[in-house]
Amino acid sequence: MVQYLVRRLLWAVVLFLAVTIVTYVIFFLVPANPARLAAGQAATPERVALVEERLGLNDPIYEQYWGFLKRLVFDGSLGESFVDRSSVNDEIFRAAPITASLVFGAMILVLVISVPIGILSALRPRSVLDRVAMTYVLLGISLPSFWVALVLSYIFGFKLGWTPIAGYCEVVSVPQAANCGGFGDWAYHMVLPWLALAIVQAGIYVRFVRAEVMDTMTQDYVRTARAKGAPERKVMKDHILRNALLPVITILGMDIGLLLGGAIFIETVFGLNGLGGTAIRSIGQFDLPVLQGVVIFGAVAIILFTLIVDLVYAWVDPRIRLT
Amino acid sequence: MADELLVVEGLKKHFPVTRGIIFQRQIDAVRAVDGVSFTINEGETLGVVGESGCGKSTMARCLLKLIEPTEGKIVFRGRDISKLSRREMRPLRREMMMVFQDPYASLNVRKRVGFIVAEALEVHGIATPAERKRRVQSLLEVVGLNPEHYNRFPHEFSGGQRQRIGIARALAINPTLIVCDEPVSALDVSVQAQILNLLKDLQKEFGLTYIFIAHDLNVVRHISDRVMVMYLGKPVELASRTELYTAPKHPYTGALLGAVPIPDPALGRLRQRVVLEGDVPNPINPPAACNFHPRCPRFHEGHCDVETPELRNVAGHAHTTACHYPLEKWPMTPQEIRYDRSRTAAVGS
Amino acid sequence: MTALLEVRDLRTQFQTEDGFVKAVDGVDFTVESGKTIGIVGESGCGKSVTCLTIMGLNERRNTTSSGEVLFNGEEILGASGSRLRSLRGKEIAMIFQDPMTSLNPVHTVGRQLVETVLLHNDISKAEARARAREALKEVGIPRAEQRVDDYPHQFSGGMRQRAMIAMAMINDPKLLIADEPTTALDVTTQAQILSLMQKLQEDHGTAIVMITHDLGVVAETAHEVVVMYAAKVVERGTVDAIFTAPQHPYTWGLLGSLPRLDAEIDRLAQIPGQPPSLLNPPRGCRFHPRCAYVMDVCREKVPELMGVSHDAAHEQACFLDEETKTREAARLFAATMAAGTSG
Repeated sequence: MVQYLVRRLLWAVVLFLAVTIVTYVIFFLVPANPARLAAGQAATPERVALVEERLGLNDPIYEQYWGFLKRLVFDGSLGESFVDRSSVNDEIFRAAPITASLVFGAMILVLVISVPIGILSALRPRSVLDRVAMTYVLLGISLPSFWVALVLSYIFGFKLGWTPIAGYCEVVSVPQAANCGGFGDWAYHMVLPWLALAIVQAGIYVRFVRAEVMDTMTQDYVRTARAKGAPERKVMKDHILRNALLPVITILGMDIGLLLGGAIFIETVFGLNGLGGTAIRSIGQFDLPVLQGVVIFGAVAIILFTLIVDLVYAWVDPRIRLT
Repeated sequence: MADELLVVEGLKKHFPVTRGIIFQRQIDAVRAVDGVSFTINEGETLGVVGESGCGKSTMARCLLKLIEPTEGKIVFRGRDISKLSRREMRPLRREMMMVFQDPYASLNVRKRVGFIVAEALEVHGIATPAERKRRVQSLLEVVGLNPEHYNRFPHEFSGGQRQRIGIARALAINPTLIVCDEPVSALDVSVQAQILNLLKDLQKEFGLTYIFIAHDLNVVRHISDRVMVMYLGKPVELASRTELYTAPKHPYTGALLGAVPIPDPALGRLRQRVVLEGDVPNPINPPAACNFHPRCPRFHEGHCDVETPELRNVAGHAHTTACHYPLEKWPMTPQEIRYDRSRTAAVGS
Repeated sequence: MTALLEVRDLRTQFQTEDGFVKAVDGVDFTVESGKTIGIVGESGCGKSVTCLTIMGLNERRNTTSSGEVLFNGEEILGASGSRLRSLRGKEIAMIFQDPMTSLNPVHTVGRQLVETVLLHNDISKAEARARAREALKEVGIPRAEQRVDDYPHQFSGGMRQRAMIAMAMINDPKLLIADEPTTALDVTTQAQILSLMQKLQEDHGTAIVMITHDLGVVAETAHEVVVMYAAKVVERGTVDAIFTAPQHPYTWGLLGSLPRLDAEIDRLAQIPGQPPSLLNPPRGCRFHPRCAYVMDVCREKVPELMGVSHDAAHEQACFLDEETKTREAARLFAATMAAGTSG
């Protein structure tokens, strides 16, 4: 177990290095001069050269990378924005909670939607409910999430006016200038983004839960449980669900990357200034350090989350031996 | 000797068990096959019998070089093939074929029967397409299938018919040696009898040599000329079938024979049953010396757990067994079970 | 004394996409207390479905059953769900073919045993655990005190089947239904399990329904035998009657196609063809397309189970006259019978 953990952590480090190298190299090989962008369109060549010098763009790329890595590892610093010289760390720490609220909220919502529907669907295959659920699955697979987001915000936000169309409210440490804050406002503002992100994902999960439950129902140990005289409710709870939902939870953990990707669109549609919004803005401004910071932060989050999921899985499923 | 088809000497297959954080180092090995030697003559059937995990299937795959043996010699028609590369093996593959246990899993479900049977012909570049088709149809007839079924898919056949397809496939390129790995254990008895009869008929017709691997002692007795009993990767007894089944020498063989239920209630009631206690030990860490000693009813402390018994002749003509205290009588009498340990009990049925 | 279990004219059919499959089609047998009845037949002959029907464990949605299943005189076919649940695991227990998959992988063996106890007994968890340990000890699991907390994957195949048996026997049932309990096991493990079942039967007086395709297992364990073919009973009688004076050509075929440990037979007497599809079974006697003794009447009329003249307890469903049968049986089994008596 300890050895497994050590090995996984070492792999995580290797992966982390790979991610930093790749992002660094790609971003700095793009055929545009960041110094020119930073200095402004009207800048004189001297001014551009000065900026290049200041940003360290004249050094060979490996030295630049080494400097970047040193700062990242020893100071935990992701560098400074080209645009306004603000700290990338600050920017990410401001944006991350917003994206995290979106992604984790949506994840929970995915389970809340897909598990009951999936189970009911599995219990009554080919029933009306099952057919409706399968139609939903089809929609979930084929609809793009940003389109769903736009439709939701048009209907519930614009037409019906039930929910806000855009914006984010802090739960804790509400800034004084903010016009909203606290858990209620936070959730109220997040409802539509959550729904938009979750509805599409949940479609895929309904089918997955249904398949897992149906598969588990035919297992011999379920028949054993019935042969013992266990009532159906107990059979479902103790023998079917635990086995059927294990892989669902795992896949959901693995899919966090997918949700992060989806979050970029959702944030844009709902004007949430999270990591996705930040990334898109930095692309527009060609602010490489910020973009790089977002990518690296996202990658680390995914690596860590996958590790946690693996450990949890091993803890819940006694058959997995971590060696 | 001229008619020795296959000679196997000291065949071993160890699967490494590795551990390590970054660099995997081998800490142990699963001794799946751990020193098997035997000779098989042209036209005979060698039965290999043993319980699951005794290494019989791994051995079969080593013989055909489907997996690389760790150690030992495999001499086919006087030529050592154990070190041959895949390329060098290719012409020899025409001589040796395999029939598998699960007739469904071993057939490509997306291919038509005609293609499945003809594939080996194609691979070895034998015959023109038209000749191939004729050959396949005659093969289907040989194995008792309708030649018209040439264009059907495997799922359209029953289990027994699928096994017939598997046999036709093995026969396609006129092999000398066919290794059958549990070919009838997935089949119902009435169908099993059909396949066993078919295998016997084919042997007569084409002069085939079989290595017949099975866990069912009845089946092995029926089909084999000689029988090898394996336990934990090692052969414990090798004899002609009549000798092995009527005068077994190794206590494990005795226990196996004693455990098989006989479809004759009167005889069953008369029989003394020796029920072996416990399970087959882990092949990663097998017991020292004679690896059967912890379960053996004739265990002698200080001998069986210290000195490894070698295969040796015990009863005249080529009846070999690896035991320090071979059985003297069969059926075993309670007196013969000298070491009366509490875990082992003679149970009369 | 009434029989413990009486099955009369049991019929079960499944609705499938292709039509109705009559998986059990008029099966009768009785089980006496403390006795073992063997049900033999090839896969798909309806032997397992018969037992699942008795237990009420068939899928409800697409299954219909009719007939009578009397347990201790009480009709349990179509009994309420709660009545059936109170019988299952308490009065009637069941073990299955594959011990590797019949235990829930995510619960400890102990927890699964405890569950069985608590479902039917109003006792504390600690008492239930004590019973679980006792049960594991009784079925011969070494170090039962520690192993009770193991997960199924930590047990070998034989041990898992022991644990299944412990779970089945823990509430001291009157009837144990064993569906191919040793098919997935090695022969030495099979011998262990069969002796264990025999010992438990002697200690507890449990009646056993032993479903198997292995005639050897039946010969060694059963007092009475029911031979099934294509959802119907073709022959039944005491174990000695079935093995020494079989009356039905299918039984002959089964016995003849068996390679024997106790005799060298050059060529097995095979039954040609395949078992029929139950979607569309043959008219008349279901065995007639594969039968070497087929007569015109076999193609038209369905043979009923009838007593054999010299043995009222021995019944068979074949139109052949007894004289022919006696002659044929003697001829067919000359080889094995001779070997049997000399060996």
